[in-house]
Amino acid sequence: MNLARPLGLALALALLPVAATASDTVKIGCVAPLTGPQAHLGKDIENGARLAIDEINAAKPTLGGKPVRFELVVEDDQADPRTATIVGQKLIDAGVKGVVGHLNSGASIPASKIYSDAGVAQMSPGSTAILYTRQGFKTTYRVMANDAQQGKALGSAAVKIGRRVAVVDDRTAYGQGLADEVAKAVVAAGGEVVGREFTTDKSTDFTAILTSLKAKKPDVVVYGGMDPQAAPMVRQMRQLGIKATYMGGDGMQSAEFIKLAGSAAEGVIGSSPGLPLEKMPGGGAFTQKFNARFGKIQIYAPFAYDAAQVLVAAMKQADSAEPAKYLPELAKLSVDGVIGPIAFDAYGDLKDGPVTLYQVKGGQWAPIETVGGK
Amino acid sequence: MTGVGRRLRASSWQGSPRLAWAAFAALGVLLAALPFLVDAGMGRSWVRILDFALLYVMLALGLNIVVGFAGLLDLGYVAFYAVGAYVYALLASPHFGIHLPFWALLPLGAAFACLAGVLLGAPTLRLRGDYLAIVTLGFGEIVRIFLNNLNAPINVTNGPQGVNLIDPIRFGDTALHPSVTLFGVTLPGTHAHYYLFLALTLLTVFVAFRLQRSRIGRAWVAIREDEVAAVAMGINTRNVKLLAFAMGATFGGVGGGLFAAFQGFVSPESFTLLESIMILCMVVLGGMGHIPGVMLGALLLTVLPELLRYIGPLQTAVLGHVAVDPSDLRMLLFGIALVAVMIFRPEGLWPSPQRARELSPDNPDETRQEQETLVDASR
Amino acid sequence: MGADRDGRRQVTSLDIFLQQLLNGLVLGSLYALVALGYTMVYGILELINFAHGEVVMFGAMVSLAVLGALAGAPLPPAAMLAIAAAVAVPVCMAMGFAIERVAYRPLRRAPRLAPLITAIGVSIVLQNVAMIVWGRQYVSFPPLVDLQIYELGGATITNVQILIVALAGLMMAGLLALVRRTRLGRAMRATAQNREVAELMGVDVNRVISATFVIGSALAAIAGMLVAAYYGLAHYGMGFMLGLKAFTAAVLGGIGNIPGAMLGGLLLGIIESLGAGYIGDLTGGFLGSHYQDIFAFLVLILVLVFRPSGLLGERVADRA
Repeated sequence: MNLARPLGLALALALLPVAATASDTVKIGCVAPLTGPQAHLGKDIENGARLAIDEINAAKPTLGGKPVRFELVVEDDQADPRTATIVGQKLIDAGVKGVVGHLNSGASIPASKIYSDAGVAQMSPGSTAILYTRQGFKTTYRVMANDAQQGKALGSAAVKIGRRVAVVDDRTAYGQGLADEVAKAVVAAGGEVVGREFTTDKSTDFTAILTSLKAKKPDVVVYGGMDPQAAPMVRQMRQLGIKATYMGGDGMQSAEFIKLAGSAAEGVIGSSPGLPLEKMPGGGAFTQKFNARFGKIQIYAPFAYDAAQVLVAAMKQADSAEPAKYLPELAKLSVDGVIGPIAFDAYGDLKDGPVTLYQVKGGQWAPIETVGGK
Repeated sequence: MTGVGRRLRASSWQGSPRLAWAAFAALGVLLAALPFLVDAGMGRSWVRILDFALLYVMLALGLNIVVGFAGLLDLGYVAFYAVGAYVYALLASPHFGIHLPFWALLPLGAAFACLAGVLLGAPTLRLRGDYLAIVTLGFGEIVRIFLNNLNAPINVTNGPQGVNLIDPIRFGDTALHPSVTLFGVTLPGTHAHYYLFLALTLLTVFVAFRLQRSRIGRAWVAIREDEVAAVAMGINTRNVKLLAFAMGATFGGVGGGLFAAFQGFVSPESFTLLESIMILCMVVLGGMGHIPGVMLGALLLTVLPELLRYIGPLQTAVLGHVAVDPSDLRMLLFGIALVAVMIFRPEGLWPSPQRARELSPDNPDETRQEQETLVDASR
Repeated sequence: MGADRDGRRQVTSLDIFLQQLLNGLVLGSLYALVALGYTMVYGILELINFAHGEVVMFGAMVSLAVLGALAGAPLPPAAMLAIAAAVAVPVCMAMGFAIERVAYRPLRRAPRLAPLITAIGVSIVLQNVAMIVWGRQYVSFPPLVDLQIYELGGATITNVQILIVALAGLMMAGLLALVRRTRLGRAMRATAQNREVAELMGVDVNRVISATFVIGSALAAIAGMLVAAYYGLAHYGMGFMLGLKAFTAAVLGGIGNIPGAMLGGLLLGIIESLGAGYIGDLTGGFLGSHYQDIFAFLVLILVLVFRPSGLLGERVADRA
């Protein structure tokens, strides 16, 4: 079923005369959900990585004295754990030297075993679960603040608004992970978790749990989950007469949320790992380049761009594309990316990953505070 | 196995046992060489897909006992799969720090799944068909919700994060992952798992065949065809149905354990209602109650979605852009296939000759009628 | 129990209980409306119409599409809602008719397993068609109605919620009148009791069955619109769980029994609401609201094991 093979062979044969002066190809894998409900985010990642690779190639890079050409090998993991392992294997089979991906923690974690076994570096532009880098693998990295960092920012900000904090999550790996970190941070900041309620990522009716929380008189309600639940939840909160401030993580901090929540969105606070695009050191230039070629940035394009750049930077530092040689360089790397300064701690997490808090003002998300970062 | 041999002989080999055995030998060689052929031709990820396909064959055979043999519609089969997987995961990972050996794990998982089957079946098997379907669906969801939430106050299942770093399958000192060295030959993990799964699948097929031809198997057929008559013949329908549930659950539990070991990671996300429906599709589309049909159904429905992925690039090549997302198409096609099969070919793609006769429109025994007026009820 | 300047008074536990009851009542009304469709079809055909939940979803999506098209038009909100209903209801009625004709009628005499599997297949097809047509994102209900929040004792209720309960009650009353007072209703009851004898008495059974599906689908369309209006959004996957819970409600009340479906719906809504709200307190924190989805299934299993005929008794034809 692989048409690429005979075609590739024919092409290679045709180019044989040119082969003498052709460069070595170094394959970089890029994997994200390219189909399904998060397809727009996965495409964003692919585009960001592609922009990086094309820029790198245009600068005629060399490794070990020889000219090289980087090639992006793209796969779709459908945000599904099993598919993620299958396409991860595919990438390894194709001989990639590094991987930009995955988006979802639920995909990154099972696939990370495959990359680790092959010794290939994995740079995630969007997985925030803490477990991802705590498995004892030397190949797991990410360019985004993890749930612990985000949870801490949310928790402390919540306590600054009011001591009584209620926490709700949607019982997904993302939502629960974030909510647990928020609860921990609230207690550490001197607040009190007055209520802990749960829902699912398919629910639309939250009146029961919200009524239950109303009895506990919270000052702030923090939700770990995505915007299709956060939006009706805040609406129902206002209908029930709960006046607490509503806060949530990056799953909620989107244009969709404001659209779905309507007037109830006003004053809601959401966090997002990384700096606001306009504040990113390379943000302006990157936005222009990206918009010209691919259109609007969703969320992850700058992270994917930096992920690819960082992998190549490590290779250049080691003067080799072999993972065994450039992985140690990756661990010590310190570069300035579009998103800001990039360096990794012992686990592979972004050192001092900044988290930005936004608030809905006049129907738009406006950044109000950045926590962490340099 | 002799039963299969006899059938093959009767239908096409016209009394030539040597030809039949030659065919078997050829099949055996093909099966043994398959992972290497696939690896060379299509890449190692297809060997992984093949491994999953074998896993689903085992699961489909298990559900076939419940739905195909005994005629009980189980929409929550994934619950047994989940129980088997989680038992394996919890007893062979850093989660509790327990690392039991393989020969203990798989039977334990199967035993727990069997227990779950009995617990589910005991109060509900006297319900009529459609109610049983909904109740089993509910049970499947209840199991999934518990798996997703039993992480407080005592952390049993680690909640939605799932259980990670599960021990690979180990025989003595050799682990099947990442590779196995046998007699100087190094087999990659995917190939090693293939042979193990193949052996277990063949064992499953054997057990299924023996069950089908046993007294229990005949009792199941009797209940499926006419429960009142079966009771009149002195069959203890309750126990027999319970046995079907338990056996199906056991197969599910074994499959679950293998899945956990193979993937190295389990989470409640893998055990949704959709999985139950998929496995049901495999049984129904392949040929309910017919073992080769069910195997075909499982193989097709595992491999076809992978092929569907190529539709994306194909559309881009032909139309210039992707008109319909292939993953959107996948479930739509399954739904259409289900409806179409039940209306036009309810016996499935590869039915047993007996069922095909039963369900065909010109069947003298006539269990289906096109006309609905009273006049036709002359039999 | 005076109020402070904000109008906020001490929230007592009675207030909370009252609020949960009110929430449950509204939720229950929605369940009841959908349950009616399930119970009518089951009474006549002994078939769980899995696709019914998807018809509700289509009602929601179509009405949202109409409202989206009408956005900005100089019409009062009531008129816009009426137009949306006027489009959604016939579309759903046609759907119900088509589903019965294409998927269920050929299987009327087939073994019991077949229409059940087909129903699942139809449900999957409808969900995915909606997904392809309207996309995977949640679609929002435009803010047409000015939300008025009323205080009832210590609990709040909005005008939308009152509208839902009132409309649901009206539709149920209408359906009861149809079933009890009209010829069609009599024919439906006769067919539900014994199809062959009804045929002998001159009832056109095919027409009655089609009518049952069509009426159920009309109710489903209204229910879908109400659900979308209440929660403010619709989604291609919203029908399945809702349908499952509505079926549970129908079983709870007594399948085939129309007042039973209404009672079952209201009860299930209240059980879910109170359950999700109080389960943490009742189990001392061991179980929490993360288990709220299993209430419906637990109710189903308990009813089927201990009182399969439901609260008001089931009304299904005897089939050997």
